[in-house]
Amino acid sequence: MKSGRFWAWATFLLGASFFFIPLIATFEFSLRMRRGEYSFDAYRIVFGDERFQATFGYSVIVAVFTIILGVLIVVPTAYWIRLRMPHLRPVVEFITLLPLIIPAIVIVFGYIRMYGSNSPLPFLATARGTDLLLIIGYATLALPYMYRAVDTGLRTIDVRTLTEAAQILGAGWATIIGRVILPNVLIAVLSGAFLTFAIVIGEFTLASLLNRPAFGPYMQLIGANRAYEPAALAIIAFVITWGCMSVIQVLSRFAPRSANRPN
Amino acid sequence: MHWLGVTPFFLFALLFLVLPTLYLVIGAFQDAEGNYTLANISQLFTDASIRNSYWVSIKISFWSATIGALAGLAMAIAIVRGGLPPWVRSATMTFSGVASNFAGVPLAFAFLATLGRLGLVTIILRDVFGLNIYAMGFNILTSWGLIVVYLYFQIPLMIVIITPAIDGLKKEWGEAAATLGATTSQYWRMVVIPVLWPSFLGTVILLFANAFGAIATAYAFTGSSLSIVPIKLYAQMRGDVLHNPNLGYALAFGMIVITGLANVFYIWFRVRSERWLK
Repeated sequence: MKSGRFWAWATFLLGASFFFIPLIATFEFSLRMRRGEYSFDAYRIVFGDERFQATFGYSVIVAVFTIILGVLIVVPTAYWIRLRMPHLRPVVEFITLLPLIIPAIVIVFGYIRMYGSNSPLPFLATARGTDLLLIIGYATLALPYMYRAVDTGLRTIDVRTLTEAAQILGAGWATIIGRVILPNVLIAVLSGAFLTFAIVIGEFTLASLLNRPAFGPYMQLIGANRAYEPAALAIIAFVITWGCMSVIQVLSRFAPRSANRPN
Repeated sequence: MHWLGVTPFFLFALLFLVLPTLYLVIGAFQDAEGNYTLANISQLFTDASIRNSYWVSIKISFWSATIGALAGLAMAIAIVRGGLPPWVRSATMTFSGVASNFAGVPLAFAFLATLGRLGLVTIILRDVFGLNIYAMGFNILTSWGLIVVYLYFQIPLMIVIITPAIDGLKKEWGEAAATLGATTSQYWRMVVIPVLWPSFLGTVILLFANAFGAIATAYAFTGSSLSIVPIKLYAQMRGDVLHNPNLGYALAFGMIVITGLANVFYIWFRVRSERWLK
């Protein structure tokens, strides 16, 4: 098996260099702004740019609302499917996978045609309406990830017993979902939330086609016009993605592995 | 009463997923006056520039999926069965989770900073190895350049998806094969490859669909110079460059057909592969 281990190391190192060289090169490039020496000038310019602050702030707010909307749609649905309508599970699962089948650019094309100013639901008539449509679009894109995260979380708790116990104590549906079910799947919901955040924060297609001042279109604009700032933005974006994934991994350590009692 | 609990979900899916898609699909089969026609669909095949953009898109998606899948499989086999220390596996899995989500505009920037005219690799090749790749006709802003960029998220995605399948190869199968006198190459050819084959093909198709619908990376990378279908659709949505809105719907419909077909095959392969992973 000695030669096997050699080839395993060779494969791993080759792959690792494909992934690390662009990161190193991008970082090096981002430091080159000042002639003749390395400096963090490109980062200082990016962080000092008002449009960076405005678009990044906008995208963070949009991401937060996307997560709230996603939780409001997914948690009650996944709960109800588990509790009362398991026969609908294949249908719901199929629908949640549709955003992986229909490309995002096609979905937003449909939005632009269906929700214009002269339509019955004129989302695009106002800026606030368009913001809302952007949030809805992101919640749609995040649906596959959010649903799976929450459904996995629900699998580890005894939904039926918790519900019956809450009902005996006189809780209504809103109380059951908000104060019994949600806290029990909080870790799963947070995993879905951070993945959603990672997807939304730099998303380009929807924001650009809906003409919203988001971080993705800003990065594209900088890329078309500047030399060193794009490399700095790429490093910043990588760090954000890394941060979101690390949080998810830390969270998964706290997640329960299986139900305490069989369902 | 039971239905009340799932009504918001179905209403949301109908309004923001199903109906917008249907609107485009129906529009693809209509002319400007609303009469039903197949003219738009047939124009997808007769219009040389549209046909070409589908061809380029399919080519980029196919090669990035195939190469990404093979490289990802090699990495996954190396970290699972290569006898490497455990930290190699956990580090690779963590990094793959990050890199498979690191797509879009910043990814394009990273590769321009690496292999662009002033990129670090370009400069090192020129100054240290005496290889001026741009003088040799190399250009990263081509479809092969884009394939290399796409590999940055395709390979990690393959690693994330295929590693469980490799874990599913039971030790007993290797022992059973050895007991029956099989050589290592026979074990791989007659046990490992047939078992992994459906998951492998399924994932290739998933990677294909993943690349086919992507636009942000390509757009930030080459602007509108590389004519792939999503960039064409983007230009059409921005300013009716085809001078026919219904042809734009047909363009979108063609994308749905291709990614939809890909997913039908994916599901079919996944059902076959799950037999072995119990």
